[in-house]
Amino acid sequence: MNRDNDKGKILISRSMILGGIQLLLLVMIVFRLYYLQVYQADKYKTLADENRISTRLLVPARGIIYDRHGNILAGNRQNFQAMMIPEQTTSINDTLSAFKRIMPLSAEEEKRIRKDIKRNRSFVPIKVKDNLSWEQATQILLNSPDLPGIMIDEGLSRYYPYGNIMAHVIGYVSSVSDKDEKDDPLLEMPGFKIGKSGIERLFEKELRGKAGNVKLEVNAYGRIMKEIELIEGVPGDRIDLSLDVRLQKKAYELLGEESGAVVMMKVDTGEVLAFASAPSFDPNMFAKGLSVDNWRSLSEDEKKPLLNKAVSGLYSPGSTFKMIVGLAALESGLLKSHKHTTCNGKMMLGNHTFHCWKKDGHGTINLVQALQHSCDIFFYETAQKIGIAKIAAMARRFGLGAKTNIGIENEKDGLIPDAEWKKKRFGESWQLGETIISGIGQGYILTTPVQLAVMVSRIANGGQEVVPTFRKISDDNKPHFDNLGISLQNIDMVKQGMYEVVNVAGGTAMGARFDFNGQQMAGKTGSAQVKRISMRERQTGVIKQEDLPWKYRDHALFVAFAPFNNPKYGVAVLVEHGRSGSKVAAPIAGQMLLEALKLDATDKPVD
Amino acid sequence: MYKAYETSFKGQKLSFSEKFWNISFSYILFIMILGAIGITILYSAANGSWNPWAAKQLMRFGLGFAVMIVLIFIDLRWFLRYAYWFYFAVLGLLIAVEIGGHIGMGAQRWINLGFMKLQPSELMKIALVLALARYFNSSTLQSIETIKGVIIPSLMVVFPVFLVMIQPDLGTAIMLLLTAGAMFFAVGVQLWKFVALICSAVAAMPIAWHFLHNYQKNRVLTFLDPERDPLGAGYHIIQSKIALGSGGIFGKGFLNGTQSHLNFLPEKHTDFIFTMLSEEFGMIGGVIVIALNVLIIGYSYFFALRSTSYFGKLMAVGLASSYFLYVIINISMVLGMLPVVGVPLPLISYGGTVIMSVMAGFGIILAVNVNRTINIGKDQG
Repeated sequence: MNRDNDKGKILISRSMILGGIQLLLLVMIVFRLYYLQVYQADKYKTLADENRISTRLLVPARGIIYDRHGNILAGNRQNFQAMMIPEQTTSINDTLSAFKRIMPLSAEEEKRIRKDIKRNRSFVPIKVKDNLSWEQATQILLNSPDLPGIMIDEGLSRYYPYGNIMAHVIGYVSSVSDKDEKDDPLLEMPGFKIGKSGIERLFEKELRGKAGNVKLEVNAYGRIMKEIELIEGVPGDRIDLSLDVRLQKKAYELLGEESGAVVMMKVDTGEVLAFASAPSFDPNMFAKGLSVDNWRSLSEDEKKPLLNKAVSGLYSPGSTFKMIVGLAALESGLLKSHKHTTCNGKMMLGNHTFHCWKKDGHGTINLVQALQHSCDIFFYETAQKIGIAKIAAMARRFGLGAKTNIGIENEKDGLIPDAEWKKKRFGESWQLGETIISGIGQGYILTTPVQLAVMVSRIANGGQEVVPTFRKISDDNKPHFDNLGISLQNIDMVKQGMYEVVNVAGGTAMGARFDFNGQQMAGKTGSAQVKRISMRERQTGVIKQEDLPWKYRDHALFVAFAPFNNPKYGVAVLVEHGRSGSKVAAPIAGQMLLEALKLDATDKPVD
Repeated sequence: MYKAYETSFKGQKLSFSEKFWNISFSYILFIMILGAIGITILYSAANGSWNPWAAKQLMRFGLGFAVMIVLIFIDLRWFLRYAYWFYFAVLGLLIAVEIGGHIGMGAQRWINLGFMKLQPSELMKIALVLALARYFNSSTLQSIETIKGVIIPSLMVVFPVFLVMIQPDLGTAIMLLLTAGAMFFAVGVQLWKFVALICSAVAAMPIAWHFLHNYQKNRVLTFLDPERDPLGAGYHIIQSKIALGSGGIFGKGFLNGTQSHLNFLPEKHTDFIFTMLSEEFGMIGGVIVIALNVLIIGYSYFFALRSTSYFGKLMAVGLASSYFLYVIINISMVLGMLPVVGVPLPLISYGGTVIMSVMAGFGIILAVNVNRTINIGKDQG
């Protein structure tokens, strides 16, 4: 009985212990609750928001690019996409076959659509077809009762109203590649496009704008429940270019089927008015996505439509270099302005003969006449007299041999050779014969058309160190350029020579002459040999350019400015394998300058 | 019917009104408040709808309430008499589900009765308490303190625990084991025996680990390191903590829990309902639920101590411990303090059998209180 009593007592005491422990444990739970819900609440609130809030970027509209008169060169076009939300269809197959009755889908497209449907949850919109026109989009909308689950999404895509004629200067936009710097979350967005070349690339930062974003509440499966917050983005800045669509058009008209480049700029401000490289391509193809076949035909064409010849093409300046040689000689004091030289068609140096382009020679001739007739002997002798160092220095002052930094990608430096360069490049010393052929712009010298345009503009403006730009410059914001410090008298003499090239009987570009309200152009022809003329050819008679295969013909060059009395426009024309500067390049330059002068007389002048 | 069995007992008899006025109405009130909270959360879990959970839960709560009321008026000696019968019947059911039960959630746990699915493992929680209470009621302290004296009750525990474990239902098996442990402790089994048992259990752990299902192993590993697999097994615990923590002191408001309504929180209507409650009603809501459970368990112990019969005392302690284990395991689990073992929060989580079994347990506890003056001898039964 006693033990029974103990048994009851033990049950009571042990039960009290048990109950005490249990109640204590429950109270301890409260501390844990406090820890999670008060002490760590902020951390978990953030995590809960991260769970439920999905932030999506809103792509800003890209800035519009205008020419100097407000013509749109690159704009945004509404682009329609047909999307399908699988869960809103009654049957995916029915909707797709109904869609195909309105608009055909290729087998590949259908395969991709079905793959996308399988890969995504049924509420995720799947792209059925993109790049739809407004007409196509309305057609789909009109048929929407037969197309359950199909909806039309609109976005913006880049378009280039002038197509080919602006491709090399405006460039194009394309998808971000791994190489691009990802300094903006926008670049991480699938389908986002950035400027890949030309102005689109040069002014990318300004054109892009700032992304907006929308905060959406999503559930655990990613379905959007509601919109929480919308922050609008900032559209990209508009860019007003110095280009004039009318001159750009004219340049391509004049180049026609030729392969070449035209660069025209204002000699006082450096504003580029026309910037052409032919042949060209349609930048809209790049904005949409280029097919393999298109790419192949563009990249394999011997006229290289993808190469921007204005900045990336390297050519011997030929006789257009003679102004530089003349100025170097005049400035050095080694050539007196009225010094005459006799040209009898050839010049001997050691056992090597240097020929003038005119077999019988030009007779007695001074600098102005030498420029007018493009006499080679005069410049051989002049070059020999002053040496390569002075020629090279003058060439560099006029912008040759270095990038103009105009901002178009893949610009080439060109090459102005001198003794030091040759030593470094070949480990050989400079030969006098090399100085002599440099005197007529041949040999190692290489220039780009844009450099030649800068050169002629600096001559035209009396030695101002003008720099080319694509930005439109307003009248009250004119830039000031340093003076190259060349005597105006000397420059005027060279300009006189250029005037006579075009306007005085016997000049090499008389055929391109014009007189528009008393305004004329001045210029200089050039032909750059692509193929060396051999001794045998000299004896048997030089093969006519027309009889050579295209790729062995000389490049034709012409640099010019107008009006002669009050220079406003400088232009450089290059026609690859165009044979003759005077017959092919000069007329193009003439027409370009004439067009600019004519436009000045209209209500929308170039100025 | 009432009279029929009453006359079969010798000694004291309580009249209906004596019984009625001895009922603890505050205890019933706590239960009703908890049930109401549960239905409220289930209404929110369904995004503000009575379907599919809240309405059904209300019906089950009503049914469970009726069972509880009936049990209150049953004479304590009746439980004593049928304790073993009940135990073996439920053990038989456990074997039956093992042989050919309905397959649900990858575990064989149910017998389909047509109107409801009977989960014998839930019934075992009561049956085991009754059977152990009867056994210890008739044994002497002397025998309890010997090893031989605890062999039979240990076997009574081991069989059902084994059957439930292989279902597999780790949570219920652990609860049965711990409930029995609490009762063994209460009756005076020496502490060194527990220590010895725990030591041998730890030693046997590698073997037990071998027998665990892969998903059970994962749950344990995930508990030890939730970040181990944040999108897989650890997802539940991480999302539960985020939901709880983000609820703060006052909660996000009724129907406004983002984690639960946007489905980041899994099993929000069953095992993780406490999380949902704490997300919407904050720490305040959580503390209220814990406080009500403290009151229910505290009252249960108070009833146990007040009862004059050893059998009644032990039964109340066992049932209170069983209920306590539900609460502590579930809440610790959702707070990331225990592995996710699949134990619901009784009265609040959605689920039929659990409500029936805890309500039956409350009925018996209330009956112990009502019958507190009834003497039950050591040799009765």
